Amino acid sequence: MTMQTSMDVTRRSATTTPSSSIRETPKVAKLIDESKCIGCKACQVACQEWNDLKEDIGMNVGVYDNPADLTASSWTLMRFAEVENETRLDWLIRKDGCMHCADPGCLKACPSPGAIVQYANGIVDFKQENCIGCGYCVTGCPFDIPRISKKDSKAYKCTLCSDRVSVGLEPACVKTCPTGAIVFGGKDEMVAYGEKRAGELKERGYQKAALYNPAGVGGTHVMYVLRHGDKPQEYSGLPADPKVSPMVSLWKGIAKPLGVAAMGLTALFAFLHYVRVGPNDAEVDNDKH
Amino acid sequence: MAKDIERYNESDRVNHWVIAITFVLAALSGLAFFHPSFYFLTNLFGGGPWTRILHPFIGLIMFFAFVSMAFRFAHHNKMTDSDKQWLSQWRDAANNEEHKLPPVGRYNGGQKVLFWVMVACMAILFATGLLFWQPWFAGNQPIWLVRAATLLHAVSALVLIIGVMVHIYAAIWVKGTMRGMMQGTVTDKWAKKHHPLWHKEMSEK
Ligand code: HEM
Ligand code: SF4
Repeated sequence: MTMQTSMDVTRRSATTTPSSSIRETPKVAKLIDESKCIGCKACQVACQEWNDLKEDIGMNVGVYDNPADLTASSWTLMRFAEVENETRLDWLIRKDGCMHCADPGCLKACPSPGAIVQYANGIVDFKQENCIGCGYCVTGCPFDIPRISKKDSKAYKCTLCSDRVSVGLEPACVKTCPTGAIVFGGKDEMVAYGEKRAGELKERGYQKAALYNPAGVGGTHVMYVLRHGDKPQEYSGLPADPKVSPMVSLWKGIAKPLGVAAMGLTALFAFLHYVRVGPNDAEVDNDKH
Repeated sequence: MAKDIERYNESDRVNHWVIAITFVLAALSGLAFFHPSFYFLTNLFGGGPWTRILHPFIGLIMFFAFVSMAFRFAHHNKMTDSDKQWLSQWRDAANNEEHKLPPVGRYNGGQKVLFWVMVACMAILFATGLLFWQPWFAGNQPIWLVRAATLLHAVSALVLIIGVMVHIYAAIWVKGTMRGMMQGTVTDKWAKKHHPLWHKEMSEK
């Protein structure tokens, strides 16, 4: 997706000065109510359709997941999990895709200026024209979302239909969902709605129903309402407490300024050593006796 | 006038300079990804994607050239008690007071430490570099391994770069060293002053 100049950018990968950010854009969010999802995959199709993507024809892997995993041209995927509880079998269906973290690990890890941006409205977007294909975003992501294309070595993932949202439309998956399981609006509004939905589910016997808006990544701009909110892992491995890995934080945090300072100081000390002590020349034997 | 002494033969020198050139290219292209303030270095390599493509291949050439050099010189770099004594008196070396130091053979304690630091860094750079190489290997590793590899790669690159900065500076500071690696010979005085035991050994030959 190329840059939409009408959208302000609050964060830009590998960039240490502010980007254009004077517009007061409200934060947006998408809410996926797992209890209402019937696994029809209309959203998956709408995503391919709107974004001009075409997945290769694959093989059936024995479950409904199709394709078997997210790919550079499948930015969202219905994941089906069969979970045996004491009393019954739960069939848990989760629409997987980019969570649009408020604190995005991909953006933190990306070495290429402007290959990943976070718009003022919260959407995290990959700008393929600046992508160098290094895969650091994959390393940074706590949800295992970005995929590097075999065709062009660029990273791809859900854009939250930033192009549609920038002109006031809802994402294609939201527009198409026949049961109203996916809704889109202001972030605060969606949090309130998600909590209300979780409350309703509790009344209907799902005591652990909860809104999934994980604090470890600063909250997300794609949230879930989960009937089993206490066990997100049961939904095909949704992490219970996602965080940017400490190894990535160390590498992209303190290691960078320390490393640059250490190299600079070594050069400076070497120069000053020469200035203070001078050359060591066997021909003139200037050994200090 | 005493005769010059051969320190490095043609093949040693070519080997060394292949490593030096590929090292500088690997360091410049790698640093471009390390910190945004170095990203402009990608311009030297034809832009971001080209830098990403070239860096691992440059690194591989450097690594294999280094392996060859390490085998040539490893036997000269065995640590002795006298080297440890030398290292404990590093201040005298830094102050141009070499006469206070125990007599040095072909290499001094500092050179030997640097040699083994380079061996370790090169091995780590090679192993970790392979693990997060796109698009060849990165996809086949568990993600924690790719994360650890990336971090270790950056750290060992920094250690190596700082080590090489010291190495280059030493060659500028100690006059007459550079020609040993350029023309292959050093003067008799140079050898007597900086590597007396080696000088003795060479004169007795
Ligand atoms: C031994 C062979 C080497 C291999 C296979 C290798 C491979 C890699 C790979 C795959 C990357 C990720 C970026 C990319 O896709 O190009 C990388 C990054 C890097 N490499 Fe190497 N490399 C090697 C040697 C070196 C050497 C000798 C240095 C410098 C002394 C170096 C310094 C760096 C740095 C600083 C980074 C960036 C790390 C970061 O982003 O923090 N590499 N290397
Ligand atoms: S592969 Fe990912 S981390 Fe690397 S430049 Fe592209 S977007 Fe940035």
